[in-house]
Amino acid sequence: MKFAIVVFPGSNCDHDAYHAARDVLGQNADYVWHKDTDLKGADVVILPGGFAHGDYLRCGAMARFSPIMREVQAKFQCEHVHIRVEQTDTPFTLACRRGQVLRIPIAHGEGNYFAEPEVIARLEANRQIVFRYTNAAGAVVDDANPNGSAAAIAGLCNETRNVVGLMPHPERACEPVLGSADGLLIFESAVAALKTGVLGGSTRSALEAVG
Amino acid sequence: MVDPNVLERHGLKPDEYDRIVQFLGREPNLTELGIFSVMWSEHCSYKSSRVHLKTLPTGGPQVLQGPGENAGAVDIGEGLAAVFKIESHNHPSFIEPYQGAATGVGGIIRDIFTMGARPIALLNSLRFGPLDAPETPRLLEGVVAGIAGYGNSIGIPTVGGEIAFEPSYAGNPLVNVFCLGIAKASDIIKGVASGVGNAVYYVGAKTGRDGIHGATMASAEFDEKSAEKRPAVQVGDPFMEKLLLEACLEVMRTDTLVGIQDMGAAGLTCSTTEMGSRGGAGVEIDVSLVPQRETGMTPYEIMLSESQERMLLVVKRGHEAEVERIFDKWDLHAVHIGNVTDDGLLRVKDRGAVVAEIPNRALTDQAPVYHRPMAPPDYLAEAQQLDLDALPPSREAGRTLSGPANDALMLLLGSPTIGSKRWAFRQYDHMVRTNTLNLPGLGAGVVRIKGTNRALALSVDGNGRYCYLDPYRGAMLAVAEAARNVACAGARPLGATNCLNFGNPERPAIMWQFARAVEGIGAACRALGVPITGGNVSLYNETDGRAIYPTPVIGVVGLLEHADRVVCRRIQGPGDIVILLGEGRGELGGTEYLKLAYDVVRGLPPALDLDAERALQALVVALADGRLIRSAHDCADGGIAVTLAECCFDTGGVGIEASIDEVEVGRDAGLNRAAALFGESASRVVVSVAPDRADEVLSRAADSSVPARIVGRTGGTALRVKAGGKTAIDVTVEEAERVWSTAIDKHFVKRVA
Repeated sequence: MKFAIVVFPGSNCDHDAYHAARDVLGQNADYVWHKDTDLKGADVVILPGGFAHGDYLRCGAMARFSPIMREVQAKFQCEHVHIRVEQTDTPFTLACRRGQVLRIPIAHGEGNYFAEPEVIARLEANRQIVFRYTNAAGAVVDDANPNGSAAAIAGLCNETRNVVGLMPHPERACEPVLGSADGLLIFESAVAALKTGVLGGSTRSALEAVG
Repeated sequence: MVDPNVLERHGLKPDEYDRIVQFLGREPNLTELGIFSVMWSEHCSYKSSRVHLKTLPTGGPQVLQGPGENAGAVDIGEGLAAVFKIESHNHPSFIEPYQGAATGVGGIIRDIFTMGARPIALLNSLRFGPLDAPETPRLLEGVVAGIAGYGNSIGIPTVGGEIAFEPSYAGNPLVNVFCLGIAKASDIIKGVASGVGNAVYYVGAKTGRDGIHGATMASAEFDEKSAEKRPAVQVGDPFMEKLLLEACLEVMRTDTLVGIQDMGAAGLTCSTTEMGSRGGAGVEIDVSLVPQRETGMTPYEIMLSESQERMLLVVKRGHEAEVERIFDKWDLHAVHIGNVTDDGLLRVKDRGAVVAEIPNRALTDQAPVYHRPMAPPDYLAEAQQLDLDALPPSREAGRTLSGPANDALMLLLGSPTIGSKRWAFRQYDHMVRTNTLNLPGLGAGVVRIKGTNRALALSVDGNGRYCYLDPYRGAMLAVAEAARNVACAGARPLGATNCLNFGNPERPAIMWQFARAVEGIGAACRALGVPITGGNVSLYNETDGRAIYPTPVIGVVGLLEHADRVVCRRIQGPGDIVILLGEGRGELGGTEYLKLAYDVVRGLPPALDLDAERALQALVVALADGRLIRSAHDCADGGIAVTLAECCFDTGGVGIEASIDEVEVGRDAGLNRAAALFGESASRVVVSVAPDRADEVLSRAADSSVPARIVGRTGGTALRVKAGGKTAIDVTVEEAERVWSTAIDKHFVKRVA
């Protein structure tokens, strides 16, 4: 089982994903430079969090100077939140129980998930909403939604269900000494997916930490 | 003869100008004058502080690098070094809070990776005016957002710090930032230039007109015109810094560098002269080759620019292409701007023509050194007098009633200096790099060292009010508290760094405060075995002639050989025994309690017996290492009552029932009770212990000659404290925690987007 962690110049969670996959999970893991064209035979590709490119950052950096942005801007927030597993038939959630509540950190500034109601209805119909922000008891309530994401969406998958993107940082919750090991379930799911053949031989999966 | 106005604008005194003429054997041109002015500024030359700093203890078997380099380093075993330093960015942060704080973080991170270390943790120590003053929320918000904006983007966790609020900082907030990195002890790289003909490279952001004379600005008092100095504040780009960090670390893994230094204060000028001076060499550069962001920049402007995110490298001959290739990979372009020479001169050319030529040592080692006059401040003798029987009426309702002292406790817990700093901590990414074992707010920040079983504990501390009342004792207490906090995580203190924030050194009273504080730091560091490995001095912290409290801030780094033996302030559940190590003497001088309840800042700060402190710290470390204690928390601001309350916070509401002795400090029974509860006697730690371990802890304490007694037990949902046998405090943890956790938040109106 091989993980590839794609490194962009501004990635800052690449080392954490590598540590979780290799040192905690005991799997084969490799960094892949963003300019490379070869994924070196990886089964799972991780796009770690951070500021992939400077242009992304610059938008925010410039916007900060306008006084109105200071008024409306969400503060960066870093803390443990709860997310509920909505779908277990993706390669990154099959080791979870449906409805299981995971305690995983968030670490982001302005970001939240936003989409028109019809898009959300389609995501619902296709069962593409993989994680939702909830309270510890697993209830979707406003207080438990840290960034005002639409429909409390914390993570999604694509239609073919092999690419999952999520805002929280599971790579930061893989060891009890760090306050939670719930994130490990997401990595273990990927390993199990490959073993049990849920992943077709030629299908590569990707986990994207959007945060 | 030079125009006196030109000299004044450069912050140079006439006699300093005469020295310049002597060194050069001629009148300097304007570029040379600019170079001298920044290198001889207080900020770069330490001309007022140097004679005092020399007295600090800087050595020890664990010290790999003492003061004089970009950062200090101590040996943490397994061939690794902890590289760390603290630095101030006070003046820029007052003018532009976000950018001032952000570039402060950027600067200290560069100091660490310049040494070949990967930065893994940040801390900060902040001071503001009262939070209910109109300007403070904006300053606090800007500074915290600036620290977060830079540190979070680059992916280095901010794992702790401290914030205090006092009127003396209203016109001059303090922003001190600390960074820690890890390097292989054998791979530490220094800021030297040597080897005639070796190429000097410039890499990083382009040079603009920002920050020109920043070092001079940091060496002058503020007045109403300071806001006009805004252009002197630099703008940070953490993405560029991230590229520089990764590229430099990659270059350092190859054997291609002679030396490297970041361009911080005084930019290109400081990096070229310091590297040359350390290597006993000269450096020649051509400013026309320096990448420029603006057109028409003069050599003067290029040499004095403080544009951020720039590095200067000296590359071993024959390795130029290899170095250029690595920077290219990161989309950075290393530019060959000059060479090392053997003439000991800084030679600046512009398209081949020499525009400045100055002996390096005249700018560094031979910069002016002043033994400035010193005298105790006029206020001191009077301020040190404290008559507890003649206090004004208290602000705490019901103090003279026989009821509990709940009001006083709530007053303290709800004050922003003592209250939870979660409002700030949650804005910092404190988890990235997945090493953070103790989250911010639980005591010292603790980060594990991956690939080993080790962890490091870090704490920054300082108490300006104590130093105002007695700078010697106050500075000793700062060292003791930082080291004690590290010990309370279970870590053995290894080394320290200091950030010395004071007023105008040309005033004898300020210079006296400075000298006494440095003596105090020296005494405490020697006694506690934590040498100073580097730091920073920030003088001229005054606005309109009013100085800040003298504020030495001390950062201490300690080592846990077994990361899994880390402890924090939080009690672990009901049924444990609570033991007080050390003794309360009811000392109320300079306390938060006197300030908050009586609006009195008087008396002497708590006494400190350094032998007792050392014994206490060694005991706490040994108890944690032996897994005998389940939590540890030092008694500081707000005394044992606040300490016990904080032990209960973040536990889900587990309480403590405790009983302490009363202390007789005056005629008023209520005040005697308050002295026992809120007095701030030093060298005290509250630990919680499983019941079957209590005897062993007490006997280990006796063996170490540390006073110890059982004061209570964990359990229930209330904090109940008896003083002298009578119930003094009885509150639910939930209520106390609500007051404590909203102490800062309540000053910010919730904004709805």
